[in-house]
Amino acid sequence: MAAYETIAFDAAKCTGCGDCMSACAQVKTGSFEHASSRIQILPSANDGFELALCRQCGDPGCVSVCPAAALEKDGTTGVVAWDGTKCVNCLLCTVGCTYAGIAFDARAGHVTKCDLCGGDPACVTACSEGALRHVRSARIYSHYGELEDLFVPGLSGCQGCNTELLIRHVLRAVGPETVVAAPPGCIPGMGTVGYNGKTGTKVPVFHPLLTNTASMLAGVRRTYKRKGRDVTALALAGDGGTADVGFQSLSGAAERGEEILYVCVDNEGYMNTGMQRSGCTPYGAWTSTTPVGERSHGKAQEAKNLPLLMMMHRCAYVATASTAFMEDLYEKLAAAIEAAKHGFAYLHIYSPCTSGWRFPSQANIEVARKAVETGFVALWEYTPASGLRFTRSVDDLRPVDEYLEAVGKYRHLDAAQVAHIQAHLKKDLGLLKELSARGAQADPRALAT
Amino acid sequence: MLQARYLLVGSSHAALEALAAIRMHDAEGSVLLATRDAAPPYSPTVLPYVVSGKSDAERVRLRGARYFEEQKVALRCGSALASLDTAARVARFADGEQVEYERLLLATGASPAIPPIAGLKQVPYHVLRTLEDALRLRAALGSARKAVVLGAGLVGMHAAENLVNAGAETTVVEMQPQVLPGYFDAQAASLIAQAFGQRGARMLCGQAVISAAPRGQGFALKLTGGERVEGELLLVATGVRPAIDYLAGSGVAAERGILVDRRMRTSVANVWAAGDVAQAASFYRDAPVVNGILPNAVEQGRVAGMDMAADPGARDFRGAVPINTYHFFGRQALSVGVDAIEGGETHVQCDEAAGRYRKIVLKDDRLSGIFSIDAPFDPGIMVELVLRRVDLGPVKQAFLDEPRQSARRLMSQLWR
Repeated sequence: MAAYETIAFDAAKCTGCGDCMSACAQVKTGSFEHASSRIQILPSANDGFELALCRQCGDPGCVSVCPAAALEKDGTTGVVAWDGTKCVNCLLCTVGCTYAGIAFDARAGHVTKCDLCGGDPACVTACSEGALRHVRSARIYSHYGELEDLFVPGLSGCQGCNTELLIRHVLRAVGPETVVAAPPGCIPGMGTVGYNGKTGTKVPVFHPLLTNTASMLAGVRRTYKRKGRDVTALALAGDGGTADVGFQSLSGAAERGEEILYVCVDNEGYMNTGMQRSGCTPYGAWTSTTPVGERSHGKAQEAKNLPLLMMMHRCAYVATASTAFMEDLYEKLAAAIEAAKHGFAYLHIYSPCTSGWRFPSQANIEVARKAVETGFVALWEYTPASGLRFTRSVDDLRPVDEYLEAVGKYRHLDAAQVAHIQAHLKKDLGLLKELSARGAQADPRALAT
Repeated sequence: MLQARYLLVGSSHAALEALAAIRMHDAEGSVLLATRDAAPPYSPTVLPYVVSGKSDAERVRLRGARYFEEQKVALRCGSALASLDTAARVARFADGEQVEYERLLLATGASPAIPPIAGLKQVPYHVLRTLEDALRLRAALGSARKAVVLGAGLVGMHAAENLVNAGAETTVVEMQPQVLPGYFDAQAASLIAQAFGQRGARMLCGQAVISAAPRGQGFALKLTGGERVEGELLLVATGVRPAIDYLAGSGVAAERGILVDRRMRTSVANVWAAGDVAQAASFYRDAPVVNGILPNAVEQGRVAGMDMAADPGARDFRGAVPINTYHFFGRQALSVGVDAIEGGETHVQCDEAAGRYRKIVLKDDRLSGIFSIDAPFDPGIMVELVLRRVDLGPVKQAFLDEPRQSARRLMSQLWR
């Protein structure tokens, strides 16, 4: 099953300039008549803008009602294609479409519809406001979907957990020449290290102690290197094993510049053992060891900023990522794989926990997205050569309440606690912004005071 | 005896949509699709265009052999259903084949309804329901100088246009007082009839044929108005009736068509029906209706297929809404919904000279129907506005002034 590209519309950014319609009409008909454009922007009653455009549906209604077999969904590109040599002008497709994605163009004398311009939509290029975006995530899925899945077909993760997605895609990207270390946590718990003497991956995997993941992996990498084999040493660890009890070996390996790709899947606690707090649990969050009652109101301390700590080790590569922004995640994964060939690469991926954070199992990616859009987590990357760089702007953030309200572990928060979180986020973001502004010249240690 | 988990009888839109819906949920269950047509699946709706030559008969098939192979469907063309033993769950076909089914879909469509006209049997005439009919009519088109079309429904009107374009002297006889009765209101119909008149066709509405007789190479018809009409080519397009002659003794209840509930289930267990053969819920009335239009067949096929496969996403049929799109002499006529409704308020805009027409019927600020000639709108959006009973009160004036833009705006807001 292929994945497909699409055009996304952000109404909030649209100014109604009409450049997209001019561009479409120009490319498709040679005129600038907006009426001939296949994308239609409409002013709405409340000063905003609305969109009528073909959705390139997965199960297209226009195709189902076409009596002449003139419409067909292309299995490779996903485009619902119109064949003028078969069309009989009966207009039934305009009945089958509920989005006005195919309509009669009087000038052309037949129905017209968007064909994504063969993969480079003119309307998106013409949009200077960023309201139209060509979403190419499908390329990732189509590309990596072709690669071998190195993880077991079944697993015992909680419903809705995004870690399966992470493991499968990280392993696909890293490839078969890999040794995986999975310290105690959700990742081995859901089947990575396997059961009954069988592994859960198609590459060698071992189960270090919580304390020694990075040091064992350093030894594995050095041994293979000595034997002349280029093997990726990959850690798939939780935030507990990384930030708390595993930190001394991690810090040591990073400081020595061991050639390791260390992926921390941060679900903000010890979730597979009963949802206890960790050093990465944010302020105010409910866990089983930071309960909510008469005296305790969730965690009283701030989370430690683990990726920033790793940046202060001046690793070859450090980045934060989210499964709600897969293109970004994949770019960082590729950079981290490359960096791990000559130094320590650290990738910190936020992983909302459906069981431990108390939100519906279908909302994982939604929660992850809100965390980023409100600035609760920031997406950035660091290399010693170019310093810290935001990979998604933090200038235009949504109110943090939107994120807190989506997650059950913050349900008890009072106004003072929310204000505390807001103030702290502002401070954290300020530090990151300053680091980003100074680029490679920044000395994080001087700034952190 | 053949066996199939799903036996689909018919090969047009309802059956093909049901097949797609079944395969969405059940990738492996055995499917047998049987059709009386010898040709691979095609749509009856495309046939007027095969007659005119706009469509190549070789290129109208809705699915190719590869599709059926990929979907693991056994295909039996040229095999008409003869009878049903619903107790034993066995379908018997005219070619002697028997199929034991677990679930059966009857999507056998409709056949031309031939009016009881004295002497008609002695006269050679055409009908237009199958690809063979279309090719035969196409072959006759070139040589006919005078042609008569009985019935001014969509099939008759399309054929009349083809005949006019082929240079034949064409007469259309319709019993009802207007052309396209049931599709368009009197005012729109008169605009359409005018367009035919301007191109030399004679439109005789409100008249029936009393008798027919052979006359030389052709025929002569006697009309209720007393007139005699002669010609060489006669097309009988006085409507269709559901093809249900195989139902005798099956226990499947039928009136005009096969009676079904909102999941397209018939009165007998494990038997569904969809498309032109089914008599299903109406959106507007309590009594079930046969609504023989293509989008309806697709929708019913989808509902039936999902229910047959026990897809948890299966949903009820929302009820039939009349919808038509009609293209004549390069112009467009559209109709969605009904106009004759109690308590409805009607807004008409008509530019007789330009031939533009638009009628909007609202009831309690909900859209009941919208009809137009050369005043485009998006029928797919309008149907949703009807079915969802969207309150147009807050945007009423804008909707009446600019229905197309207003409806698009509502679509973008309501089902983005």
